[in-house]
Amino acid sequence: MGQTLLQLEDLHTQFFTSRGVVRAVDGISFHVDAGETLGVVGESGCGKTMTALSILRLVPDPGRITSGRILFRGRDVTKMTDEEIREFRGNDVAMIFQDPMTSLNPVTKVGTQIEEAMTAHERFTERLARGRVVELLKRVRVPAAESRVKDYPHQFSGGMRQRAMIAMGLSNEPSLLIADEPTTALDVTVQAQIIQLMKQLNRELGTAMMLITHNMALVASLCERVVVMYAGRIVEEGPVEQIFRSPQHPYTWSLLRSVPRVDEARKERLVSIKGLPPDLSHPPPGCKFHPRCPFVIDKCKTEPEPQLEEVGVNQVARCWRLMRTINEEELDAAKSSGLSKDAAARLKQEPSATVGAPPSGNNNAGS
Amino acid sequence: MAVIAGRPARGALLPPRLRAITGTRSGALAIFIIRRILWMIPILFFVILITFSLMHLAPGSPWDKNGGRQLSDTVVHNLNVRYGLDKPVPQQFLLYVWNVTHFDFGLSYQYQGKTVSDLLLESWPYTATIGVLAFLLIIPVGVGLGVLAALRQNTRVDYITMGFATIAASFPNFVIGALMVVVLSVLAYKATGGNFYLPAAGFAVDDSLIMPVVTLALLPIAYTARLTRASTLETIRQDYVRTAWAKGLPERLVVIRHVLKNSLIPVVTTLGPTFAFLVTGSVIVETVFAIPGIGRAFVTAIESRDYPMILGTTVLFSLVVAVANLIVDVLYVFIDPRVRLT
Repeated sequence: MGQTLLQLEDLHTQFFTSRGVVRAVDGISFHVDAGETLGVVGESGCGKTMTALSILRLVPDPGRITSGRILFRGRDVTKMTDEEIREFRGNDVAMIFQDPMTSLNPVTKVGTQIEEAMTAHERFTERLARGRVVELLKRVRVPAAESRVKDYPHQFSGGMRQRAMIAMGLSNEPSLLIADEPTTALDVTVQAQIIQLMKQLNRELGTAMMLITHNMALVASLCERVVVMYAGRIVEEGPVEQIFRSPQHPYTWSLLRSVPRVDEARKERLVSIKGLPPDLSHPPPGCKFHPRCPFVIDKCKTEPEPQLEEVGVNQVARCWRLMRTINEEELDAAKSSGLSKDAAARLKQEPSATVGAPPSGNNNAGS
Repeated sequence: MAVIAGRPARGALLPPRLRAITGTRSGALAIFIIRRILWMIPILFFVILITFSLMHLAPGSPWDKNGGRQLSDTVVHNLNVRYGLDKPVPQQFLLYVWNVTHFDFGLSYQYQGKTVSDLLLESWPYTATIGVLAFLLIIPVGVGLGVLAALRQNTRVDYITMGFATIAASFPNFVIGALMVVVLSVLAYKATGGNFYLPAAGFAVDDSLIMPVVTLALLPIAYTARLTRASTLETIRQDYVRTAWAKGLPERLVVIRHVLKNSLIPVVTTLGPTFAFLVTGSVIVETVFAIPGIGRAFVTAIESRDYPMILGTTVLFSLVVAVANLIVDVLYVFIDPRVRLT
């Protein structure tokens, strides 16, 4: 497709807390092309949102981008001056946040909040911006837009607020729109409308989109390419169709298996991924997913984490045990329990403590 | 017509013309204010009832003299008759309420021939002047310091401001007042040979007001600064402030439109009671600086059992509190669109 718009190179964002350094984003590299829709998926707490906030340099205290580069059209965002970054935010890259209920200022009119997004930058004069507010609200299908610009956020429903947020994000026609869980706080029918809207806007305006979500269905319907994150690292990346058809990293496979499917036989159990993502201040050694991986072998625990490796056309994954190497028997076992025998036994012994903690040496005992 | 269950729409029971008024926001506001003013009547009634009861329940009478010559029974009886104290207490109460409805607050017992209204009108202007000036000092200084400390959290500015606030809040104001007199009046007079010093007492609209106003304002300034800081810090972390940054707004706009507009709402709430507290006077400040204000008058009235004066002052203070709260509630409507007039 088009040229590269955004390029992240070995980005590290860390939080310096009293408990130690939390590596929220731990060496992330990926790119977004102009006009493209990229999905970033992973569970809560795996660094997706922090990656997005890093791009806008909005990482909250005590967090900091510690190393790496964020190139937007060749300019390094991490080296911009305060005025440059201000001009960059909302103008080149805009962001829609997760919770529309809390992301709008309750004491300022919705129209004003959209208008100021434009007047903060030089593209529109105050007069033009004012007229454009109604036009934008109409574009995101807010009914009676002319009168609603004078309303306050509490007079808007959740779906309407998210539309207003999207209108705000699009107001300066940014080249990239980052949407952080844009539908999570909305009910299902409204979700579908918002997704339709975003799809359409991407098509009509050519705005590239980076969609952050844990919802695989959303990725399937909206994105061309997907990056799978786990514990602040990318574990797999590739075109959506390919990833959905043949995920190579067990984490991606597990994520996909935890989504209920209508088209599949009901015999197969819906499996959740056991345990929780690791504590990022004390990640497990080796592959960070190994304590929860159904196909874990000793190598995963002892060897350093594998590199991202080409596993298909434009598809890379970081794993010793790619899904294509897993035999039928093991796959069945994992499908029926969601866990390897080994992992199941260990989780039974120490219900929650094992998660994220280093493995307890050798595991033959008890089996 | 069938009766539909549920609450009638607002104003449904009013005549058509009034119904039209309640429909608009300003009309609703006017009705809200009128209703609140009418509410003051029962409030004042109960304030009088409670004060009256407590006053008469306390042992002793206005004619007891501490250390002085005890009045003869005949004189006491004559005084009681003159001031209506011979009647049963419930009757006295009703009579007082009746007089109050005619703006007659009675005669003072301590000052022969002076009405309570006269005494209040004499002393209150002093107190009110100092109170209003102190209030005008609190808004910029208290709010300003609080915002500054929050925006520069964990820097030297923050530590100094909050250190000052803690000190100002922990020192009793008679200590602060006395210290200021010693330093700014006595020592300054000696050091400059009388060229520069602040008057330690007296009242005129000049530099003699500086020390009483500062003494009175210090505690509320400290309190307001702390509250403003806490509220602003909480607001800074709100999602909508992050949205404002993400839009690329300049810092000035983020702070004023998105942070302060929200963080000052709780501060405004406390400014009402603070204002009432300030203009009703402080005995200590008035005593330290020898100001003939209402705070002292009130304490003197209590000491000498000057019943009408006690009641009159209490009624005035209640009115001030009620009006200050009403003003805050009306202000709320303008600063927070979520507030509904009910």
